[in-house]
Amino acid sequence: MRLSVHHETRYRFTEPQARIVQLLRLFPADTSHQTVVNWRIDVDCDARLRDSIDGYGNITRMLYAEGPVETLLLTVSGEALLTEDDGPIKGTDEPFPPELFRRVTSLTRADAVIEGLGQGDDLPAMTALAAAIHARWSLDRRPTPTIRTAIEAAGDERLGPRDMAQIFIAAARARGVPARYVSGYSLSGDDERRTAAPHAWAEAYVAGGWYAFDPAIGGRSGLDHVRVAVALDAAGAAPIAGVRMGAGEEELDVDVRVEGA
Amino acid sequence: MGQAFDEIWGHGGPDHPRTDLAALARWMRGVPPHELKRRLQSAEATFRQLGITFAVYGDSEAAERIIPFDIVPRVFMADEWARLSQGLIQRTQAINAFLDDIYGERRILKAGVLPPDLIFGNAQFRPEIAGIRPPHGVWAHICGIDLVRTGPDEFYVLEDNARTPSGVSYMLENREAMIRLCPELFRNFRVAAVDSYPDRLLETMRSVAPPGAGAHPTCVVLTPGHFNSAYYEHSFLADSMGVELVEPADLLVDDDVVWMQTIAGRVRVDVIYRRIDDDFIDPVVFRPESLLGVPGLISAYRAGNVALVNAPGNGIADDKAIYSYMPEIVRFYAEAEPLLPNVETWRCREPQALKYVLDHLDEVVVKLVDGSGGYGMLVGPTASKQEIEDFRRALIAEPQRYIAQPTLALSTVPTLTEQGLAPRHVDFRPFVLTGAQTVQVVPGGLTRVALKEGSLVVNSSQGGGTKDSFVLMDDAPVQSQTMGGMTQSQGGR
Repeated sequence: MRLSVHHETRYRFTEPQARIVQLLRLFPADTSHQTVVNWRIDVDCDARLRDSIDGYGNITRMLYAEGPVETLLLTVSGEALLTEDDGPIKGTDEPFPPELFRRVTSLTRADAVIEGLGQGDDLPAMTALAAAIHARWSLDRRPTPTIRTAIEAAGDERLGPRDMAQIFIAAARARGVPARYVSGYSLSGDDERRTAAPHAWAEAYVAGGWYAFDPAIGGRSGLDHVRVAVALDAAGAAPIAGVRMGAGEEELDVDVRVEGA
Repeated sequence: MGQAFDEIWGHGGPDHPRTDLAALARWMRGVPPHELKRRLQSAEATFRQLGITFAVYGDSEAAERIIPFDIVPRVFMADEWARLSQGLIQRTQAINAFLDDIYGERRILKAGVLPPDLIFGNAQFRPEIAGIRPPHGVWAHICGIDLVRTGPDEFYVLEDNARTPSGVSYMLENREAMIRLCPELFRNFRVAAVDSYPDRLLETMRSVAPPGAGAHPTCVVLTPGHFNSAYYEHSFLADSMGVELVEPADLLVDDDVVWMQTIAGRVRVDVIYRRIDDDFIDPVVFRPESLLGVPGLISAYRAGNVALVNAPGNGIADDKAIYSYMPEIVRFYAEAEPLLPNVETWRCREPQALKYVLDHLDEVVVKLVDGSGGYGMLVGPTASKQEIEDFRRALIAEPQRYIAQPTLALSTVPTLTEQGLAPRHVDFRPFVLTGAQTVQVVPGGLTRVALKEGSLVVNSSQGGGTKDSFVLMDDAPVQSQTMGGMTQSQGGR
């Protein structure tokens, strides 16, 4: 299956900014499950760009824009070929052994609600965990600017994909299963195929490999997920982490379109 | 626990000092207490004027307090110092080798020397910086290795400080005060100079500049700002090295290169002695909510365009949970026995150790793995029944958060008290500098003294003070030796 992605992030500032520095995790890498056909990021202002690989093996791009900047438009457009494959994800850059992803971070602590989502540490148990999260909370794709902890999110009724992924990770780690946060793009669970945020799901290390689970659809993530970045939690895999130097407010407008081609 | 070893009086008391230190003991007897007190007050008045009001070990509440000073110096003999230096150099080299390995190949885990979850489960192991090799492979440029002593030849490492160890300004200011107030000591004893520390630090920083920096790399000291409790030391070090003291807002990263904004324009920065914690160094990589920090700094560092002194991620080397494995770590990298032993440590995460500790709470010292400044600490022999029971509950609830050690009979040094000179317990923080080619120990350091009679807690936040630390030179010339292709220069210069 061929998936095309168009992701626009538009900033408008009430006052011109002197400088903008952003760390972008927006480039997918090839894996056993995906082949990136073409992918580009465009910036609508004069900026210097530097590409690198972060500690997790994610492809990063630093963006340095010199002001005055009043608006900034970041456009990601690309296509990926997805391969039907029921096995674990292979061919990824893995600087760390799975043990790292057992570490409980401040965002991925579990409470009784999260621990009560079931038990078991194998592939079926993780699939059931994704289903349990899907059944317990309702999905709300409206973007939430701040990252909340798994425990904070679990106390709410409606959750974004990011919250669900972190709850999945907290529950898996509470059972001793290595799990990690994935940011990327997906066609699933989205009738309009147009959302206001990139997608997020999780991977768990079971049966000797990394398998992807998407609690937002309640099971294994299938043929329609483009995997971009992984980390211990949502903070470490944020698609855009930026700082602006300047006064005033910021208006953020995000438009993500994912289509099967 | 018997009578503690006194570093000047030995076990013999004021009338029978250690042979080598008889002259110093005579000096102590010769200057009347009221005169010693006058000099001490004069020193403290100077410190207050200078504004040395910071805490040594991250005690933010001490912001407006000076740390008490004691006029009687602590003394190391030349041969004692030579042995200590070798041990400190060995330990520091092991720390650097460990950091290079743990963020790189992780040979030590493959060899089964450490349990992997001790590293991977530890928040001090920073995945964000994995894969970066700092310029010249140096991670812990400035190490403050805390030592305690229990006898003439018994030194133990109490704690390794490989992040941003502070206190070196005390070493320098205490010495200045002593030279001014007790000039006769410096006429009668050959005390090794410490005032070369800023030059040595600058030399260390220049030596680790990225290869592209040229012959005259630009070095700066990065401080969180004047509200920081160690601000005095930051500005003191920048001043004495003759480099700029900058705050995060003075630096900017463009195209993965670090620049300092000056009145004359942008100046490229090659080496940053940063006195800001990892968490607050670069908001796009670490804490996004932090307003401190220099956005893009880690990217510039990863690109090899700037050296950070000390390197981010070093916390994994001086973590208290790692400490108990330091002898194994030294053995693994030095392929030799550690010259400086650890204090025996029970890891309460291990059931047998926990049982022993719970059975001996009135004898041991219990510490939080992630605590500092003498907080979250139980000193069994002096604790109340209630304190012991509180710790028992805490230990049972979360054993993995604690380690325990035997209560050591820490050495004492005569100290001026209201009742005249009396022994008080001390510890010691020497400073080890690691550059691209050399590892060196400055002949001196920071001696902390527990001013309360019998107290073993030397932390400034718990009523501790400081003393000057003399290293006496013998007639031997400056030592230098070559090991593994690395020239090492040791004290005595």
